[in-house]
Amino acid sequence: MTAPGPALNGLLDHTLRADRGRIIAALIARVSDFQLAEDALHDACASALVHWGRSGPPQRPEAWLIRVAFRKAIDRLRRAARDARQTEAMAVLAHDEAEDMAQDLMDDRLRLIFTCCHPALDAKSRVALTLRTIAGLTTAEIAKAFLDTEPTMAQRLTRAKTKLREAGIPFAIPGPEDWPDRLQSVLAVIYLIFNAGYTAGPSEPRDLCAEAIFLARLINTLRPDDPEVEGCLALMLITHARRAARTSAAGATVSLTDQDRSLWDQTAIAEGVTHLQSAITRRAPGPYQVKAAIAACHVADGGPDWSQIALLYDSLARMEPTPVVALNRAVALAETGQLPAALDLIARLAPVLDAYQPFHAARAEYLARAGQTTAARAAFDRAIDLATSPADVAMLAHRRLALKIDRGLT
Amino acid sequence: MQYLALIYAAPENSPVYGSPEFGAMMAGYSTVTARLKADGAHISGEGLKPVETATSLRLRGGRVETMDGPFAETKEHLGGYYLIDVPDLDAALNYAAMIPTAAYGTIELRPIAVY
Repeated sequence: MTAPGPALNGLLDHTLRADRGRIIAALIARVSDFQLAEDALHDACASALVHWGRSGPPQRPEAWLIRVAFRKAIDRLRRAARDARQTEAMAVLAHDEAEDMAQDLMDDRLRLIFTCCHPALDAKSRVALTLRTIAGLTTAEIAKAFLDTEPTMAQRLTRAKTKLREAGIPFAIPGPEDWPDRLQSVLAVIYLIFNAGYTAGPSEPRDLCAEAIFLARLINTLRPDDPEVEGCLALMLITHARRAARTSAAGATVSLTDQDRSLWDQTAIAEGVTHLQSAITRRAPGPYQVKAAIAACHVADGGPDWSQIALLYDSLARMEPTPVVALNRAVALAETGQLPAALDLIARLAPVLDAYQPFHAARAEYLARAGQTTAARAAFDRAIDLATSPADVAMLAHRRLALKIDRGLT
Repeated sequence: MQYLALIYAAPENSPVYGSPEFGAMMAGYSTVTARLKADGAHISGEGLKPVETATSLRLRGGRVETMDGPFAETKEHLGGYYLIDVPDLDAALNYAAMIPTAAYGTIELRPIAVY
């Protein structure tokens, strides 16, 4: 017998990358215990390296892993079996393993997503658990993405898994009466993941934007025809399509209106628009569809249709009456030429958005357009103070500098 | 699974005895109790007398110390409870949302530990 070679490790990694979510979901569906499911899969992987090394890799590695993981779960349950639920789980596993159900497993991932995004968990734990369990990121990768240390993130995941088990959170797809609220909770998690990737930029090794799009696609496949799922997927596809144009060669953020359109991924935009159109025909509007429609207006041929965007923000403000939506509505108004009205709206948002960088950036922009150079300069300073990414600082500093030159010339 | 639904509310937010709102609240409690019983989910449930009637006790150095009032000083006080038996947390949350006090107070759901 030889030690597992790099080829075997590669095959195992590849299988896990593609099928970990499905295998974990199948296990959790039968044992109702996240930790036990992860431990059983871990045992199966260790076993794979030994057996595949001895007798060569199986024809279908993922089916092999599921079968062996079921047996490992039975072993663990047998060692620890205490209550009726565990005995029942053992019977289910033994039955499914014997019946060779492992070959054609029903996809349990939709149930798993709803469990990971259950509102009884706190928001950050929902994000972490979804990335770990469905997308298969390592604890270290999740910790890095959310600027936590690995032990802190590991502890958060353990706490969340314990709560799922001990609080009796069901491993189930919600019924029709709870579906809209629970779906919004799932989509909020996915969109948070997307935004984390968007903020980090395209340089990260594991692109969270791509993971979020993968998750939305998965839901759209497992439960097709939901307009908000289609809307969320469309929003992310259209936004992600602009990634190559978001920063200049010098590393500064490029605002949407100044981006080089030839760098946009037209295939992704077209796919996003198709999903959006499909959603709209279902005649059940929701916030993600409106946001996707706004994103589509921004990338429309011939430049953004600002009066249409302003109308869309009106309806979004009715669904989500938040200060950030109000700010974006004011920006759209300013772009339609209603500069004084927009500045008035922006001024009223100052108390609630004082710590929000884009608020000061927008205010600076429109003060400058209104000729209030001194006030604009102060607003740029505040925006630069609040900016967290060097690319944003570079863009804001450039704008502020342009302000000085204008004044110098007049 | 069994859950204890702990019903918390700040006295100043609670309906005043004798007001129409108080009547509506009591009717709401009758409805939720009847529903829990009809569904076979009801084990027990009671309202508590106001927090001014509470006495706390602890044993320190072998001696009993009693205190006037509840252990923790909080704005929302424990005012009652339901002990229910339901399949999972989602079912428990659905019943908890029917408790009238949820509209102005807080319902805390705690699974009963099994030893």
